[in-house]
Amino acid sequence: MKFTLSWLKEHLDTDASLDQIVEKLTMIGLEVESVNDPGKALALFVIANVVSAVQHPNADRLRVCMVDTGDGKPIQVVCGAPNARTGMVGVFSPPGTFIPGKNITLGVGNIRGVESRGMLVSEAELLISDDHDGIIELPADAPVGTPYAAYAKLDEPVIEINLTPNRSDCTGVSGIARDLAATDIGTLIPKTPKPVKGEFPSFVSVTLDFDSTPSLCPAFALRLVRGVKNGPSPEWLQKRLKAIGLRPINALVDITNFITYDRGRPLHVFDAKKVKGNLVVRRAKPGEALTALDGKTYTLDDTMCVIADDAGVESLAGIMGGEASGCDETTTEVLIESALWEPLNIAQTGRKLGINSDARYRFERGVDPNFMVPGLELATQMVLDLCGGEPSEIGVSGKVESPEKVIEFPVSELKRLAGLDVAMPEMKRVLTRLGFFVAGQDANVKIAPPSWRPDIEGKADIVEEVVRIVGVDRVPFTPFDRGTAPRKPVLTALQTRTRKAKRALAARGLTEAVTWSFISKPQAELFGGGSAELALANPIAAELSDMRPSLIPGLIAAAQKNADRGFPDVALFEVGQIFKGDKPEDQLTAATGVRRALAKANGAGRHWSAKTETVDAFDAKADALAVLIAAGANPQALQVMPGGPAWFHPGRSGTIQIGPQNVLGHFGELHPRALQALDAEGPLVGFEVILERIPEGKAKATRAKPVLELSPFQPVSRDFAFVVDGKVKAGDIVRTAQAVDRKLIAGVSVFDVYEGTGIEPGKKSVAIAVAIQPREKTMTDQEIDALGAKIVAEVSKRYGGVLRG
Amino acid sequence: MTDVAQLDQSILTDIAAAADEAALEAVRVAALGKSGSVSALLKTLGGMTPEQRKEQGPPINGLKDRVTAAINTRREALKNATLDARLATETVDVTLPVRETPVEAGRVHPISQVIDELTAIFADMGFAVAEGPDIETDDYNFTKLNFPEGHPAREMHDTFYFNPKSDGSRMLLRTHTSPVQIRTMLAQKPPIRVIIPGRTYRSDSDQTHTPMFHQVEGLVIDKGAHLGHLKWILQEFCKAFFEVDNVKMRYRPSFFPFTEPSLEVDIQCKRDKGEIRFGEGEDWLEILGCGMVHPNVLRNCGLDPDEYQGFAWGLGIDRIAMLKYGMPDLRAFFEADARWLAHYGFRPLDFPTLAGGLSS
Repeated sequence: MKFTLSWLKEHLDTDASLDQIVEKLTMIGLEVESVNDPGKALALFVIANVVSAVQHPNADRLRVCMVDTGDGKPIQVVCGAPNARTGMVGVFSPPGTFIPGKNITLGVGNIRGVESRGMLVSEAELLISDDHDGIIELPADAPVGTPYAAYAKLDEPVIEINLTPNRSDCTGVSGIARDLAATDIGTLIPKTPKPVKGEFPSFVSVTLDFDSTPSLCPAFALRLVRGVKNGPSPEWLQKRLKAIGLRPINALVDITNFITYDRGRPLHVFDAKKVKGNLVVRRAKPGEALTALDGKTYTLDDTMCVIADDAGVESLAGIMGGEASGCDETTTEVLIESALWEPLNIAQTGRKLGINSDARYRFERGVDPNFMVPGLELATQMVLDLCGGEPSEIGVSGKVESPEKVIEFPVSELKRLAGLDVAMPEMKRVLTRLGFFVAGQDANVKIAPPSWRPDIEGKADIVEEVVRIVGVDRVPFTPFDRGTAPRKPVLTALQTRTRKAKRALAARGLTEAVTWSFISKPQAELFGGGSAELALANPIAAELSDMRPSLIPGLIAAAQKNADRGFPDVALFEVGQIFKGDKPEDQLTAATGVRRALAKANGAGRHWSAKTETVDAFDAKADALAVLIAAGANPQALQVMPGGPAWFHPGRSGTIQIGPQNVLGHFGELHPRALQALDAEGPLVGFEVILERIPEGKAKATRAKPVLELSPFQPVSRDFAFVVDGKVKAGDIVRTAQAVDRKLIAGVSVFDVYEGTGIEPGKKSVAIAVAIQPREKTMTDQEIDALGAKIVAEVSKRYGGVLRG
Repeated sequence: MTDVAQLDQSILTDIAAAADEAALEAVRVAALGKSGSVSALLKTLGGMTPEQRKEQGPPINGLKDRVTAAINTRREALKNATLDARLATETVDVTLPVRETPVEAGRVHPISQVIDELTAIFADMGFAVAEGPDIETDDYNFTKLNFPEGHPAREMHDTFYFNPKSDGSRMLLRTHTSPVQIRTMLAQKPPIRVIIPGRTYRSDSDQTHTPMFHQVEGLVIDKGAHLGHLKWILQEFCKAFFEVDNVKMRYRPSFFPFTEPSLEVDIQCKRDKGEIRFGEGEDWLEILGCGMVHPNVLRNCGLDPDEYQGFAWGLGIDRIAMLKYGMPDLRAFFEADARWLAHYGFRPLDFPTLAGGLSS
């Protein structure tokens, strides 16, 4: 919503400065988006007298003018405008002036051999109208040498407020003035339109015809004025419109635009002679079309409301009129329309057709129903004043219904909701100035909001009105005690897991990425997703169309992008949401990472200290186990099984589970086909674990750790190397050895795996170290040997292993 | 007597002259061995009379002690020399670089860090952290939050929708974290104090908008929680988050469907060469929206607005991260450029706490 300071002062009597007004507007909720002072931009343009204009020696269409800016030293200017002539008064800009309409800064020119030291400008060049047919011509008495902007009143500051959607009352300058007047910054100048007596009954009737469908037009007022003389509107009106960026068209149209901005009351004018028969307000018929005043043709449907005559649709109700019945200089009979429309319908139609008009802006917010007829009276008076003519009586179809709302308001609400003490007289003054009717003096008052405030529903709205006008600054900062609630952890188990997972993975050298929650459909399908319920109906791009079933594709793409930028050895992770369906419980939290090329856990890239090795499944396994354990999983409970989902290398991937029913995640080398589909290059390994699947630890009564048992007896270590079939899993050998004596065997580790010379093809040697911790007494060699023999026997029995010789 | 003195002289000379441990051992054997010169002298003591022994014993024993001590000293010196000689050959190039440890290399994303900061600040004020699903119903994302069906305010949200189901309903991606307010109020009895961080989505993409971004909201529902408390909480939050002693804030009336009264909050700042400083300067920067929870929203959650009241606020996590840490471009947050993450990310052990400082 734009307006000028002088326009505001037509409705507000105030001595306040521009800055004070701007500050006040923002602080009462009419946020000032910009204050534009065109006087500043046009400061160098001065009124000048064309002393002489003679034919350019080398160009038929150019004239050489001597221009006097008041100092008696004429300046030579070459001018191409057809109206440049001796004796005229125009607007001159010297070299160095920025010409807004051309987006250039003038220099000293040489045009076909004649020097030109400036320019006589057109309105288009100053961006004050579209008129570029000739240079500006001013009356002979215009003060030569003074700034044009001041003379033309173009130096008025234009204030633009960012109006919130609830404030329909401030879509007009008068409403803004009313709001300001409720503070102590000025006084509202009331301007109630006087009724204009109709001289004859209108010969155009209006029917509201919605058949059995809901009405889209509660009321419609129409008046004919005949014998008008249309033409350019007076200068004051043109200036007013131009200042806020509206193009003057003709008096009749300008009047409607003026009242739209002055009172927030959109109107429409039809050329009565172009209307065929009577008017019907109805739903559009599917496929009906209208060429609107913006020159575009719109195809309509039956959700839209139109005003039609015998020839068809003439106007798109509440949004834009039609070209065919528009008013121009030839108009002698005008129909002025002032109507009420369904705000939601206006919003939907405008959106559907992509029309943002001043009328839509107001009707979709909801105009003051009680101003429908006064607005028409005001328009009539202006038409009579500017174009003459004789008005008909007003015809009103439908009914103006202004809801009679009364809000029971306990004055204590102000303190209760806002923490603010406002005395009754002040509260009453504020509300009354805003147009509310306040009845009563007691602790409970009755408040009736004015017809122009459809946004006021209840007590909370009243509190807002008072608070915003007296100022939110008056609400005292009030410490909010946290009370005696015990200081307990505030994070849920999952939240704690999530933050631990992030820190644990970062501590393993991975970098946290945040990737889009949506990926392309082919990618989603590749990773087990892509179902219809997870596909967006309106994605912004094809590659962001489906909710991700896994974080791996996003991270692989990110890793590849880094590689393409010249950083091949990246390790990335993300802890975030994945989607298995569209219900809340289908959203899971995955902790996922990928390592690419040489981004090993112990350091990325080549290094003198070790052989250069690429990432492998074990890097991913270590990451996966680390994040699970950091997030609270019991390491002893985790089982690792070979193989994983299809996007992993079948022989170099694993599944981490706690029993077959609870799969916590997967790790491994990515399948070459998956990489190919993602347009990525390996080596790439990854893991993904689901944090929700980690079983909750048992709640403990005490934070104390279990008693530490330290054995006084020396531990012993024994090594065994088994030659087994190549398919036997080392994990099974470890578990078997461990199971031989859970009490005495404190741990089993694998310290060597070997295939090759000295070992039969198809077999491998697995060497384990068994840590034995005597518990009750020092063990004799015989006892230790017996335990060793048991281990050998068990491994041999189960896996056919023989001790390596 | 001259024998002893001579012997003393000659053995000590030999000891000093021994060039290595083997030569020294030879001297030791020649002096103190079974048939060594000193041993021979010691043996003569046995055949002496007590008087002779009393006279000759001390010099002979003294000789033995001196020789023994000299040999030990010399042996120690030779050993050290040998070790020094060996060590002199054993050098490494200590200027060779060692690997960066993983804990130095890893990074936490600024969004995670800021969420941890927010959690620390609000946990101290007694707030829990609430979360909800990204895929929401129209009812929770809009209707229960007092966005009327078809209202233009819904359009301001540029919502991502899923395809309609057979019953005509359709799910959407939440456009704000506010549906979690609804979920919290429906699930939990007041008093409620929660913050709600999370991902949010709008189908909007340009320099300052990404289709996915992060918000944090706060919600307080209680019997006496009013605007003055809200102002205080937000002021305390801004001071703590931006780590400044003072911050000047401006509360402007505004409009949101789910709050009444509604306010927008600006924070005073100074802009200098692309850097923003808070607690000084003359510029205002909008940082959040807030207000008293709308009575309709309370009613929609089964709460009587005459009994319960409260307030809510919301702000962009990405945005406050940019303001605090100076990232110039929102889009870079989601591009996973390792260089950007290494620069703007946080080390894994830099865990924000109120005790140790949020960012120090």
